[in-house]
Amino acid sequence: MMSKIKSFDELKSVQERLKAGRDPKKPCITICVGTGCLAYGTQKLVDSFREELAKRGLTDTIEFRTTGCHGFCERGPMIVIFPEKVFYQRVGLTDAGEIIDKTLLKGEIIDQLLYIDPATGEKVVHEDDVPFYKKQTRLVFGLNSKVDPASMEDYLAIGGYSALGKALTGMKPEEIIQEVIKANLRGRGGGGFPAGWKWDSTRKAEGDPKYIVCNADEGDPGAYMDRSLLEGNPHLVLEGMIIGAYAIGSSQGYIYVRNEYPLAVKNINIAIRQAREAGLLGENIFGTGFSFDVKINRGGGAFVCGESSALFASLEGRAGEPRAKYIHATDKGLYDKPTNLNNVETWANVPFIINRGADWYAGIGTENSKGTKIFSLVGKINNTGLVEVPMGTTLREIVFDIGGGIPDGRKFKAIQTGGPSGGCIPEKHLDMRVDFDELTKIGSMMGSGGMIVMDERNCMVDVARYFTNFLVSESCGKCVPCREGIRRMRDILVDIAEGRGREGDVELLEKMAAAIIDGSLCALGSSAPNPVISTIRYFRDEYKAHIEEKRCPAGVCKALITYSVDAENCTGCTVCSKVCPTGAASGERKKVHAIDPAKCTKCGACRESCKFDAIIVR
Amino acid sequence: MINLTIDNKKIEAEAGQTILEVARENGIVIPTLCSHESLEPSGACRLCVVEAKQGKRTRIVTSCLYPVAEGLTVETKSERVLAARRLVLQLLLARCPESQQLKEMAEDLGIEPEPRFTPDKDNSKCILCRMCVRTCEKVVGVCAIGFSYRGAEKNVCTPFKEDSVSCIGCGACAYVCPSGHIEMETTESGDARTIWGRTFKMQTCKVCGRYFAPEDQLTYISRTSGVPVEDLAVCISCR
Amino acid sequence: MEEKVKEIIQHYHGDKSYLVPILQDVQKEFNYLPKDVLCAVSTHLSVPISRVYEVVTFYKAFSLKPKGRYQLSLCLGTACHVRGAELIAGNISDILGIKEGDTTADLEFSFETVGCLGACALGPILVVNGEYHGHMNIAKSSKILKKLGKKVATDDEQD
Repeated sequence: MMSKIKSFDELKSVQERLKAGRDPKKPCITICVGTGCLAYGTQKLVDSFREELAKRGLTDTIEFRTTGCHGFCERGPMIVIFPEKVFYQRVGLTDAGEIIDKTLLKGEIIDQLLYIDPATGEKVVHEDDVPFYKKQTRLVFGLNSKVDPASMEDYLAIGGYSALGKALTGMKPEEIIQEVIKANLRGRGGGGFPAGWKWDSTRKAEGDPKYIVCNADEGDPGAYMDRSLLEGNPHLVLEGMIIGAYAIGSSQGYIYVRNEYPLAVKNINIAIRQAREAGLLGENIFGTGFSFDVKINRGGGAFVCGESSALFASLEGRAGEPRAKYIHATDKGLYDKPTNLNNVETWANVPFIINRGADWYAGIGTENSKGTKIFSLVGKINNTGLVEVPMGTTLREIVFDIGGGIPDGRKFKAIQTGGPSGGCIPEKHLDMRVDFDELTKIGSMMGSGGMIVMDERNCMVDVARYFTNFLVSESCGKCVPCREGIRRMRDILVDIAEGRGREGDVELLEKMAAAIIDGSLCALGSSAPNPVISTIRYFRDEYKAHIEEKRCPAGVCKALITYSVDAENCTGCTVCSKVCPTGAASGERKKVHAIDPAKCTKCGACRESCKFDAIIVR
Repeated sequence: MINLTIDNKKIEAEAGQTILEVARENGIVIPTLCSHESLEPSGACRLCVVEAKQGKRTRIVTSCLYPVAEGLTVETKSERVLAARRLVLQLLLARCPESQQLKEMAEDLGIEPEPRFTPDKDNSKCILCRMCVRTCEKVVGVCAIGFSYRGAEKNVCTPFKEDSVSCIGCGACAYVCPSGHIEMETTESGDARTIWGRTFKMQTCKVCGRYFAPEDQLTYISRTSGVPVEDLAVCISCR
Repeated sequence: MEEKVKEIIQHYHGDKSYLVPILQDVQKEFNYLPKDVLCAVSTHLSVPISRVYEVVTFYKAFSLKPKGRYQLSLCLGTACHVRGAELIAGNISDILGIKEGDTTADLEFSFETVGCLGACALGPILVVNGEYHGHMNIAKSSKILKKLGKKVATDDEQD
């Protein structure tokens, strides 16, 4: 139970007291329990650690902290042991006892839990030396490993809420807005709009009350940065929001969280309760007369609700249909009142700007894109995870230096950024510096930060079809270009993928794209053609192969490929015939098998199960 | 007064007007499908799009919703506008191949169907202009029909697709429907009408004796206005 | 039933804006959203039933049909897609004999695909009654269904 903190001075002394009460030399085991690691079964490991520590009577001598996502998701479950910051990855669910006995009590390193640097073949002992982390600039996300999200004390002990104290007691609202404008913090949700200007417009708008909203709808498939921030450091996001509310003149905020994020909802609810108890939310914060509180709303499962006007509709209890944005939300947004909406990561950046100043912040990044960005690096990549780098880092550095390159020795083919609203970027642009404007120039966009890596076994026509299909099911259905146009684009792409492509299809898709971009009511529709346009732009020959030769070069499109057995590699182990659902794959033990094309449904079970690389897909 | 230009014509307008309103006042024709004088504009059909330039910024916007502004330059037939309009009609023609009204409108605008769009086969004439739902909600106030699902599966229906409990049989939705999708059938004698699966008994006018409105509609008006039902049983011609 | 619905609505102070969270809590209580329950929501929240119906059918989180004893969710997010999730979806559909979004006639299995679960390092992922199964492939999905009672041909030498 937090006791009320009534002034900035009191906050400082609470922070001091908490910090002083923590011995940095005291051994501490931190373990990630973000949703990704929990999916590995980490809860068992957590329970096991607690048990083993208790058994040995070490609960008071050794600190044990569960934290949010550290970002190196490929390697979970993982723990970091302080103060040396020994890094153990792919920890077994029953390893707790051994780790305590060997590493904590005897100082011995357990080799097999160490990360091996694939570039050098060497084992890495300390977290800071892991190449994945070393090459990042984990300004915002790095705090995740320092706090238990359910502990407000942890956040205060590292200086949390100092920015709020400074802003509320030492700065005028207009000054705060000027700082954010000077820092050039651009929206991290996809629009890239300068946050400071948005705050300014809302502050100056006529109407009362004014609302601030945190958009945690994070619908782009493959992107989970916002979830990890909310799960792992909810107080950081709250602090940003309270500062923003003060600057804008709002006393009511909303956090709209995707329905599919139960742990994030749980943790932000805990943080709000704690902040209220501490008097940092509610009436008269720090005795300044400023009051502000926050409500949590869960989404209902609609990607379109990431669009601000659809989000407002959902908050108002209606279906998530966007409306024309000729009147800005800053003038008439939620309940037709002036509303400032920002993404989770945008809010999370605010305390840093206030604490260290706009000039410091603007020193990071490129000319028009300041600060860092958290990306989710997923797909055909060795080091799947969340990556934070300064704006302007190249794609090559992200994919190869940090991401560790493509698994199984395959070749990079493309990287998709910006989710279903973005585009695919080919190899020739790997040296581009990632920022808002460069990505747009190249035919993609920053979006929320998802980066999906693809290799030569991914078909770009299939990728375009996949995204278009996704948008067909997520379209709200209000306007004709999106509701009707995108499904027609999808139908043509399906035709192409299934061997029914016709001459002129690519040109028709391009024409439709232009009209859909112009005619759509909201950004879902107007950006829907991007995956199609960018894949046509960079992989036109693949479309040609599908249409003119009825061939899928990547071996993906079922209607255009055949599965057959490679007689040279086949050992007759019969595994494929066992898993084949239709009996197409058959043969005698120890004799070369065969696949009957008439029965084959191209389900892929044989290729997946063959240990001898004897299934050919062409 | 606000000064703007539409298709090279200098026009004066009042603050708060939309481009469409001003265009119509000045004899400039912009096609629409989801616009109705009794309803707030919805911006759903996108047929009324125009190219609007303000300062250095050019945007494609729906004229039914976009407010006029000082110095705004509007083109109602630029290439981009015509391309967007063409696609909208081609998409609707493929969605409702049976609709005579759409075919006529397309012909008027010189738009041919796109052969690559396979026409839908469900015989629906609904173009989702939303006028029926908007009318039922805002003009009549009953909310008997509404939308369901989303995207291409979006459709107008009664709740649970069952006979609507709250429908009063007024027929306003059938009246505004531009494509003839909503069907209302009246008996030969006029003593009953059927719409949305329900049959409504019609009330006779106290004065002339003709059937003129459903009993349920009069009951509803009576309930919401406080006027006794007997006083409402007079048709418009006899008032 | 009416009492439970009223209780939930009261928790949100009868605020119509909270229709979506109210429906989520109601669905949690009744396992799905039966028609009479929705009519009760409409009555006690004073929201026209046509709007309740619109909201229920608009958002994917809501189900008008009862869910199966085993609820399967397969992630079809982009990262999982490029790792072959569609083939797994096809396999599960084939074995269960139902399309995505449906429940088997015996109410044993519900199968849905979701946009992204945000656990991409483990992709492809199949969630069974809240339990995550990562690094999914066709063979593993068959095995899981076999364990849950479906008759499937699997290769038991591989594990």
